[in-house]
Amino acid sequence: MSEQFEPTIIGFTCNWCSYRAADLAGTSRMKYAPNVRLIRMMCSGRLDPTFVLRALSSGADGVMITGCHPGECHYIEQNYKALRRFLLLRRVLAGLGIEPERVKLVWASAAEGARFASETTAFVEEIRKLGPLNWGKTDDRQQTMDDVESSVVNRPSSEMEVPA
Amino acid sequence: MKQYAYYPGCSLESLATSYNLSTLEVAQTLGVDLKEIKDWNCCGATAYFPVDELLAHTLVARNLALAEKDGLSDFVAPCSACYKNAYFTNAYLKKDPDLAEHINYALEADNLHVNGTMKVRHLIEVFIEDVGLDEIEKKITHPLKGLRVAPYYGCQLLRPRKDQENVENPQFFESLLSALGAEPVDYPSKTRCCGGSLIITNRKAALDMVHILLQDAVNRKADVIATTCPMCNVNLEVYQGQVNREFGTQFAIPVMYFTQLMGVALGIKPEKLGIGKELVSGEPVLAFAY
Amino acid sequence: MSEKIGVYVCHCGTNIAGTVDVKGVAEWAAEHLKHRGVVIGRDYKFMCSSLGQELVENDIKELGLTRVIVAACSPHLHEKTFRTACERAGLNPYLCEMVSIREQVSWVHTDKVAATEKSKAAISGGVERVIHNEPLEPIQVPIHADTLVVGGGIAGIQAALEIADAGYHVCLVEREPSIGGHMAQFDKTFPTLDCAACILTPKMVEVGAHPNITLLTWSEVEKVDGFVGNFKATIRKKASYVNTDSCTGCGICWEKCPKKVVDDVFEAGMGIRKAIYRPFAQAVPKYPVMDVENCTYFKNSKCKACQLFCPTEPNSINFEQKDEILEVQAGNIILATGYDLFDATRIPQYGYGKLPNVFTSLEFERMCNAAGPTEGKIVLRDMKTAPKSVVVVHCVGSRDENYNKYCSSICCMQSLKFAHLVMERTGAEVYNCYIDIRTPSKDYEEFYKRVLEEGGHFIRGKVAEITDAARIPEEEGKLIVQVEDTLIGKQRRIPVDMVILSAGLEPRHDAKEVGKLFGIACGASGWYTERHPKLDPVATMTDGVYIAGCVQGPKDIPASVVQGAAAAARVLGKIQQGVISLEPIRASINKDQCSGCRICNGLCPFNAIAYIEDDNVSDINPALCQGCGTCVAACPAGAISGTGFSNEQIIAQIDGLLLRNLEPAGV
Ligand SMILES: Cc1cc2nc3c(=O)[nH]c(=O)nc-3n(C[C@H](O)[C@H](O)[C@H](O)COP(=O)(O)OP(=O)(O)OC[C@H]3O[C@@H](n4cnc5c(N)ncnc54)[C@H](O)[C@@H]3O)c2cc1C
Ligand code: SF4
Ligand code: SF4
Ligand code: FES
Repeated sequence: MSEQFEPTIIGFTCNWCSYRAADLAGTSRMKYAPNVRLIRMMCSGRLDPTFVLRALSSGADGVMITGCHPGECHYIEQNYKALRRFLLLRRVLAGLGIEPERVKLVWASAAEGARFASETTAFVEEIRKLGPLNWGKTDDRQQTMDDVESSVVNRPSSEMEVPA
Repeated sequence: MKQYAYYPGCSLESLATSYNLSTLEVAQTLGVDLKEIKDWNCCGATAYFPVDELLAHTLVARNLALAEKDGLSDFVAPCSACYKNAYFTNAYLKKDPDLAEHINYALEADNLHVNGTMKVRHLIEVFIEDVGLDEIEKKITHPLKGLRVAPYYGCQLLRPRKDQENVENPQFFESLLSALGAEPVDYPSKTRCCGGSLIITNRKAALDMVHILLQDAVNRKADVIATTCPMCNVNLEVYQGQVNREFGTQFAIPVMYFTQLMGVALGIKPEKLGIGKELVSGEPVLAFAY
Repeated sequence: MSEKIGVYVCHCGTNIAGTVDVKGVAEWAAEHLKHRGVVIGRDYKFMCSSLGQELVENDIKELGLTRVIVAACSPHLHEKTFRTACERAGLNPYLCEMVSIREQVSWVHTDKVAATEKSKAAISGGVERVIHNEPLEPIQVPIHADTLVVGGGIAGIQAALEIADAGYHVCLVEREPSIGGHMAQFDKTFPTLDCAACILTPKMVEVGAHPNITLLTWSEVEKVDGFVGNFKATIRKKASYVNTDSCTGCGICWEKCPKKVVDDVFEAGMGIRKAIYRPFAQAVPKYPVMDVENCTYFKNSKCKACQLFCPTEPNSINFEQKDEILEVQAGNIILATGYDLFDATRIPQYGYGKLPNVFTSLEFERMCNAAGPTEGKIVLRDMKTAPKSVVVVHCVGSRDENYNKYCSSICCMQSLKFAHLVMERTGAEVYNCYIDIRTPSKDYEEFYKRVLEEGGHFIRGKVAEITDAARIPEEEGKLIVQVEDTLIGKQRRIPVDMVILSAGLEPRHDAKEVGKLFGIACGASGWYTERHPKLDPVATMTDGVYIAGCVQGPKDIPASVVQGAAAAARVLGKIQQGVISLEPIRASINKDQCSGCRICNGLCPFNAIAYIEDDNVSDINPALCQGCGTCVAACPAGAISGTGFSNEQIIAQIDGLLLRNLEPAGV
């Protein structure tokens, strides 16, 4: 029997909605796949796209970005900014030859523990289908990562951010 | 100049030939280049969708595909039902890749492919939006001054709810009539259903629906009812006699296609507009004719 | 590695220990993260107990820990507990981080091996992150003791009085010439049917006379600067062309004014006022204002009747008066700007505006009011015929996919009130067409019963259409209400004389712009978003800005009053503290790195980032910043850092979670 591939996924949550959705999934004892490891930020707007690249280049097979539903961000509208970055990031990933589907955006309110759980499990399955990314596992991983980071940082800033 | 893919639909070849004639005449006068889709087929009207939605969509999609193949971007139908069917199939094709795949699988047999990229509109929209009311008004030679016209929208023309809040009280037909110099009549049932093909299955209910429409228009002192759909036209005109018998009324109000009214106002000879074949004489309109 | 890190893994009884090998995890951390500075790894039954906390405290003192990781429940539950414990032992509280292995591991996974491995990774991430934590101090801000209340409806009035009675100064800003809001327009209020004026007027008078309240009517806030504790509001006091020092409110000017105007605001279009007017007799303040758009003098340069007849010495009418711009300092702000009525012309099939005898709820309220245009008589638009039959349509524009999806919450009760008043005053037949009857508050269901007993008819169905197109002789000259009675499964056409539309409540048309002024957001339906829908309904995400009454969502008078008082209590609490400490999670710009590109400037929803022309750099006001971190992520020069969530912390945590930090031979 060939062993099933267990992806490693980094999840970013905002402090107000999606992290609380994860809390709620816990207090409600909902079961979901154990492959996602979470990082809490204050808001999805804090998500620097380089974090995602860093995670992928350091061995994660996928990255899940979560935040409050549009219109419900606790900092008014920062999740719209996260959305824009997410869309641009997927283009950058495609340019780097990485399946853009490895990065997923999920909105989950503090009341949506069930949604958080089901989206997580679904995402794990999607990544399982895509297979391992193996980016961080090469020897010159530091080199690759530096390349990526600098290529992103050196892009014209207007491309990374559309001021409100 | 822009060409429009023109989809007359079955009715315009049979009981609504006058609609077809007047459409082509008016379009020509206004410089709207209608290119009839070659080898078009029936769109299934209202009957086919409840029977088999997928096949009905495929039927409609074939016409769209033919238009796409001609390299045209605008699809025009003078019949409200044809327009509604084409509009929704086109929209669903774009939204639902699964449906598109099924349909295209079927169309392959005919060497056709559809993308759902057409801009689908009813004839009246094309006249108002692309020619423009100002432009139409400029070309009027025989303004229908003092003619009280009840604009009958019917239901399907408004069913693609393009403007959510105005679907209950649209105004574009009225504006067009005003541009022709006529007096639009405000009556409460202008967007109510005419019964469609209900007459076949439930005669009494259908006649009741027609009765309401006629009564409202007559109560508000309309001289003529203007329609945008062959089905509406037939229901309102042909069944006046039966309504009179059923309800003891005495309706004799002419019902005409909006293109016929436009044609008269634009100075086109009535014969060319198919006027003269109606069951209820178009007398009040003819008074303005060339 | 100079840091000394303690790792504590909680069993939480069997909550965690049942799924995670807690002992193994603690030992793993001590061994495999030793090279990262972990000097001790412990597991304990209940870390949050006083004994568990002492464990941490002792280790800080004895082992000289410089960083602490507690792997237990969610930080939303006990972060404060452990941070306080660290503080007690002399360690800066912000050097302690929690790792959630209960909500995020043991409660949601069943596979013990996987759960244990995930816990290890989580702790590894936490350790890497905490290494980069910096000692922080809460930000201390002094609180200005004055309060700005915006909107003088019942909610704003209540809030202002509570604070003023407690001895603090309030500035109440109202857009209209008088305070009172919607409640002043009503006759009776449900469910007790006490007279609105009788209970409202005394409060309005109290506001007008209160030594601690500065009342600015006919005024609007134009700009708000500053932050909690130190707001500065710029207020435009519109010219009223009346000198309030000498005006006695005698009313001769509006008696003599020749120009009649339909009063769309207070009389809801049902009545007439003059160009110089006071909206109603009990208005507070009592002075009239001049409506220059309609004034004959401002239009044609002649008239001045008001000035001619004004009896005061000196004359109170001043045609030269100009708008005044005032600046008001305040520590806290309460927004109570209320609601707008749903515009019933948006539903053309209900015929409002076209069929004269279709009325809106507010029009009907004015009609019922003894001081209103019909002196309390319920009559048709001809102003004399009493109706013999009336339909009240519930949920107009509410619970409707095409307009507003939400329930306006007051319309059921208000419609019942209308039914009662119509029956009582005219003896007419009344039909209430409803979707559901919702009477959830105290004495409300009883009121519904009462109206039922009085003989009101109730038809469960959404009205499809209201028309004057008769189909049978009995319908001639009537309004016909077409509705499906869903309880008997029949279409009905009800011919009546009058229809009242219970139009729903909507956010103020300018709610978005006003909200922006104060840095608060509207939810999907347009009402202002509270900090927490259940636990913090009057605070907002902007510190120091509170909301009360219908601005937060549709509600009745009792609930508006409760919120007004609650907001006042919150403000008083803040004032009492004198200073407030804010979480030090803030962004800051390193001026040496900032290139002055200004990309960050427009990103901040709280306008915390300003561009300093002279230095060609941007700067963040720490008291305005809420710490969302969006600007940090956006700065192309990496010049912005966010305390508590810095790039270093997050990158380190990513590496830690992916176990990049282990010695090559690790795991
Ligand atoms: C027809 C009808 C009947 C009702 N009957 C009852 C009843 O019988 N019993 C009951 O309990 N509830 C009733 N209600 C509900 C009641 O009206 C509300 O609960 C209550 O008025 C809410 O008070 P508020 O202070 O929040 O808002 P409002 O009364 O709307 O007051 C807001 C105030 O803020 C002012 N304002 C607005 N914008 C600004 C600005 N930008 N700057 C300065 N000032 C501003 C306004 O001029 C107004 O004075 C009824 C509602 C309606 C529509
Ligand atoms: S100037 Fe004339 S119109 Fe204007 S407020 Fe005075 S009296 Fe009225
Ligand atoms: S962190 Fe957020 S709130 Fe603070 S300055 Fe930056 S954008 Fe504004
Ligand atoms: S706070 Fe959750 S996305 Fe902004």
